[in-house]
Amino acid sequence: MRHVPTLSFRWPLFAAALLLALLLGVAIGTIALPPAEVWHALMGRGDATQLTVVRELRLPRAILAALVGAGLGMSGAALQGTMRNPLAEPYLLGVSGGAAVGAVVAVALGVGVTLLPIAAFLGAIVAVVVAFFVAHAAGTRGDPRILLMAGVVVGAFANAAIMLVLGSAPSNIVRDAMWWMMGSVAAATWSQVAWLLVYLVLGGGALLAWARQMDVLALGEETAAGLGVHPERAARRVYAAASLLAAATVAAAGLVGFVGLVVPHIVRGTGIRRHRPLLVGSALIGATLVVLADLAARVLRPPAELPLGAVTAIVGVPFFLLRLRRLT
Amino acid sequence: MIRFEDVVVRYPRADRDALSGVGLEAPRGRVTVVVGPNGSGKSTLVRTLLGRVPLRSGRILIDDTPLTDLDRAELARRVAIVTQREELAFPVTVDEYVALGRFPHLGGWRATGPIDREAVSRAVLRAGVGHLGSRTIDTLSGGEWQRVRLARALAQGGEALVLDEPTTFLDVAHEMAAFELLHQLARDDLAVLLVSHQLNLVARFADWMVLLHAGQVAAAGTPDEVMQASVLERVYDWPLVVTRDPAVGAPALLPLRAKRRM
Repeated sequence: MRHVPTLSFRWPLFAAALLLALLLGVAIGTIALPPAEVWHALMGRGDATQLTVVRELRLPRAILAALVGAGLGMSGAALQGTMRNPLAEPYLLGVSGGAAVGAVVAVALGVGVTLLPIAAFLGAIVAVVVAFFVAHAAGTRGDPRILLMAGVVVGAFANAAIMLVLGSAPSNIVRDAMWWMMGSVAAATWSQVAWLLVYLVLGGGALLAWARQMDVLALGEETAAGLGVHPERAARRVYAAASLLAAATVAAAGLVGFVGLVVPHIVRGTGIRRHRPLLVGSALIGATLVVLADLAARVLRPPAELPLGAVTAIVGVPFFLLRLRRLT
Repeated sequence: MIRFEDVVVRYPRADRDALSGVGLEAPRGRVTVVVGPNGSGKSTLVRTLLGRVPLRSGRILIDDTPLTDLDRAELARRVAIVTQREELAFPVTVDEYVALGRFPHLGGWRATGPIDREAVSRAVLRAGVGHLGSRTIDTLSGGEWQRVRLARALAQGGEALVLDEPTTFLDVAHEMAAFELLHQLARDDLAVLLVSHQLNLVARFADWMVLLHAGQVAAAGTPDEVMQASVLERVYDWPLVVTRDPAVGAPALLPLRAKRRM
């Protein structure tokens, strides 16, 4: 008989990995700080420069990165299980396309950086709503495949809109828009952290509460219906919460690709299968991954910063390939 | 008891009813089997119980309560359904899977309690899958998977069990064992409603057979009453004879080779 190993040490391991990543994120940079000084600065002691670097620059940045990763990880885990599709990811239902359209239009109209996240968030929400309507008009009772195709259609339309706007825009606007689309937490502030935390608690909390329903939904619509779940209604709620979560991360940090796709697979690889632990694990691993990716983006080619979305994809691809090998 | 009264179902964009006026009863303590050719409406019958297709007219009663008056969780607590196909996108262990049968009984945060755990272990024993506990679903054989699905339905509890082609992937021994188990469950006062196209097999276990043809009941009665060559030939549109199972005397259908028909 083949036993699945129970890895009871994985939770301390996940938590330790995140703490370590956060510590590194705060300690490493153009000014390297030894752990003791980081600690002092966190506690509010030490010289003014170190205090500012740690408490106003690096710490909010690392925490924002962690929240972005946690949100994307949970969103991806929820969508994969509910759509019964290992390729589902947070941006699937039009979030990325809609957010990008919102951001590009905002940049092209010359609105300030403060309004850009709001424009991106609104764009994402509008796109998801449109995708829902397209799927509903197709009329096949919330079939996840139809919704997926609707997301693809909305995404393609958004891409076309972006190209039309950028095609006739001056090069500085194109550059700004491109940078935003590649994702970054460089401009992190505590207020951004607070906002994202609110969405994470609301969206993540809702997903955690529906975790058992996701276990049932993952068995397929008919079996879920036989177990007393209204499959379409339950799935729609999950899609909405997961997309809201993704839209909030996009507003905070632009498009950070691959995290929501690969993180749930990494967590499943440790033997976690039920959705409640899967969501928690995906939040922890997603947070760790994005904090480390942001660290890499800062230190690999100083003083320039690499686009965060590119780094997460480069880090994520090997994990995903490894996972693919185990699937086949 | 599950009762269908004059049930009419038509799928969107279909030009004829999938079920047109079907009435049947599956009382407690009996194995009731619905048979019929492909496309006769057998699986649609199961889908109506799942609430997946709306009724155009007629009604379905669970112990005299109309289906429409029961909320989904209540229905799931009373009737456990094993559908024809089920594919998991992500494998879980057998234990985790069977435990999901308790979902309709769980409270707000949906944690399992001692009653749930006891129901699960009883179901696992009854379906004979106790040795599979920590295996993941994707490592099971087709037969093991089918029995694990039955265990999940048993864990669900309730007074009725509905199964759509439950023995499709089972070999002879496992198929017989599954039917013996269903027979026993009916004797333990469960209402067992079975959809099958294995006429000869069900004729040996059914207390009551319902033959569907083009969405209508073509015949209903004991296996002896339903397994009439003239009726079956017409419904299946194929020459056949009905003989007797040499051991227990149950009617058995023997399709004949086509004589230049094809």
